[in-house]
Amino acid sequence: MSAPIIELRQVHKWFARFHVLRAIDLSVKAGERIVICGPSGSGKSTLIRCINRLETHQKGTIIVDGIELTERTRDIEAVRRKVGMVFQQFNLFPHLTALQNCTLAPIWVQGLPKRAAEEAAMRYLERVRIPEQAHKYPGQLSGGQQQRVAIARALCLNPKIMLFDEPTSALDPEMIKEVLDVIVELAESGMTMLCVTHEMGFARRVADRVIFMDEGEIVEAAPPERFFGAPENERTRQFLSQVLAH
Amino acid sequence: MTRGHAPNGPPPLPRGPIAWARRHLFNTWYNAILTLGALYLIALGLKAAIGWIIVDAVWLGGSEACHAAKGEGACWALIAEKHRFILFGTYPYEEQWRPALAVALFVAAVGLSTWRRLWSRALVVGWFVLFAALALLLHGGVFGLTPVSTELWGGLPLTILLSVIGIGLSLPLAVLLALGRRSSMPLIRAISVGYIELVRGVPLISILFMASVMFPLFLPEGVTINKLLRAQVGIILFSAAYLAEVVRGGLQAIPSGQYEAADALGLGYWRKMRLVILPQALRLVIPPMVNSFIATFKDTSLVIIIGLYDLLGAVRTATNDPLWRAFTTEGYIFVAAIFFVFCSFMSRYSRRLEQGAGERRPQ
Repeated sequence: MSAPIIELRQVHKWFARFHVLRAIDLSVKAGERIVICGPSGSGKSTLIRCINRLETHQKGTIIVDGIELTERTRDIEAVRRKVGMVFQQFNLFPHLTALQNCTLAPIWVQGLPKRAAEEAAMRYLERVRIPEQAHKYPGQLSGGQQQRVAIARALCLNPKIMLFDEPTSALDPEMIKEVLDVIVELAESGMTMLCVTHEMGFARRVADRVIFMDEGEIVEAAPPERFFGAPENERTRQFLSQVLAH
Repeated sequence: MTRGHAPNGPPPLPRGPIAWARRHLFNTWYNAILTLGALYLIALGLKAAIGWIIVDAVWLGGSEACHAAKGEGACWALIAEKHRFILFGTYPYEEQWRPALAVALFVAAVGLSTWRRLWSRALVVGWFVLFAALALLLHGGVFGLTPVSTELWGGLPLTILLSVIGIGLSLPLAVLLALGRRSSMPLIRAISVGYIELVRGVPLISILFMASVMFPLFLPEGVTINKLLRAQVGIILFSAAYLAEVVRGGLQAIPSGQYEAADALGLGYWRKMRLVILPQALRLVIPPMVNSFIATFKDTSLVIIIGLYDLLGAVRTATNDPLWRAFTTEGYIFVAAIFFVFCSFMSRYSRRLEQGAGERRPQ
């Protein structure tokens, strides 16, 4: 078995006095697809935000592709180049076109020539099926289109790992599918990914492992068949009955 | 597509000036009374103003002609007589083509720079070169130009020089101060906060006084720094403190998601600020920024207290002439008009910048 690409050991985090992550142990193999679910405030977003250090953990160890996350800016930036992130609110840069959003980091972080960066970005925009919107500004795109641009933007750095923080929660229902389709395709291509979502159908379809978090702890982690078919923990059962009811 | 009305669209509003006036000026009986009353007052004012400014005004001749008019009309003869001194101050009379050329070059450069397609790094460099060239032109001592000490510079070129350099160099300093104030490093933050609060708490006059009177006392013997330069630095440092707070307002208005997205892309602090945050933040604060610029432009008049004669100082000296002392008002109106042209250009142009290319705004 190969070494894990992401390893969290006994990670703790507090927001002021609030203990948001409690003794998290998690190791992710390259190519593994993990879906994280749980009630709001359970720490699931905070957990994946610790992996590219948008949040700092206060105890424990996080190692991403061989680099331990500490105060060292150089290490943090190295990790961030390997980890792409997609946010709930898209967070596209409104003063740049879709294409410029995608080429910004390749040009300024990787030092790619503008031409090459644009060609690569167009390939990714085609992959998320909106090459024709390349020269529009985010304000001119629908939510689903914006989120697909955001995915293309993250992919442009050739990340080894993709983090999705509730990528469909801010979307109108009719746009959820177009975004999920893109993520499914990405999952099938073998990308390592961690996805926080409430889309249980999606979890069933693509996840290698589903993780249920509550009150800052990983309560249950299992392959989807077992997770949905025979959850072991009472809290998991309760949560599932609530999200699957409607 | 044709521009006809959709069959079930809203009915078109009546158009034309009469319909407009009905809707906006005479829509109720009290609005009609207000409109008529206001029109009457405006007409009265205009009649008096036109009479004084144009009809009864004395355009040419000596001060006797103006005195003969007994204040019925404006004495524009003052401007005809003294405009060279008002515009160029104590700059040697025969050499005044040099400041005139400098102002013309400056206005031409502004005109070119408003053209968005020319915006590039070269344009910024061009402005530095231009100002070096203008300073050289005014200062002389090269290419056979007679040297003219900065003590003699005055009028419009001095106003432009002090304010444009003041604005141009205070903005980058302000950006650094604003970033410093939001920095996570306590020392940098303390320095920025300390600087901003200290300078904002002191009037510009006292900074100029310190620059001109106190500062030389701290210099080692034999070392002198040009008075104009000291005033210039004072203006830059002063306006940077105000501007820094304006910029900080812009930085705070950018949603945290923008910072996070830039972080997640691994841009690093400076690239994040330069490529993502500042372009949005600065555009957001164009109105208060222009406010500051206009204030700086007008504040340069205060250099009169350290013996530099800007536009306003020059007009004051010009009307000190006993022959013309009665017509100070006309002199002030003249420079007010010049100030107004520059300031209204700034506010007009800034509004165009705000709108920018329409597509940049979210709908």
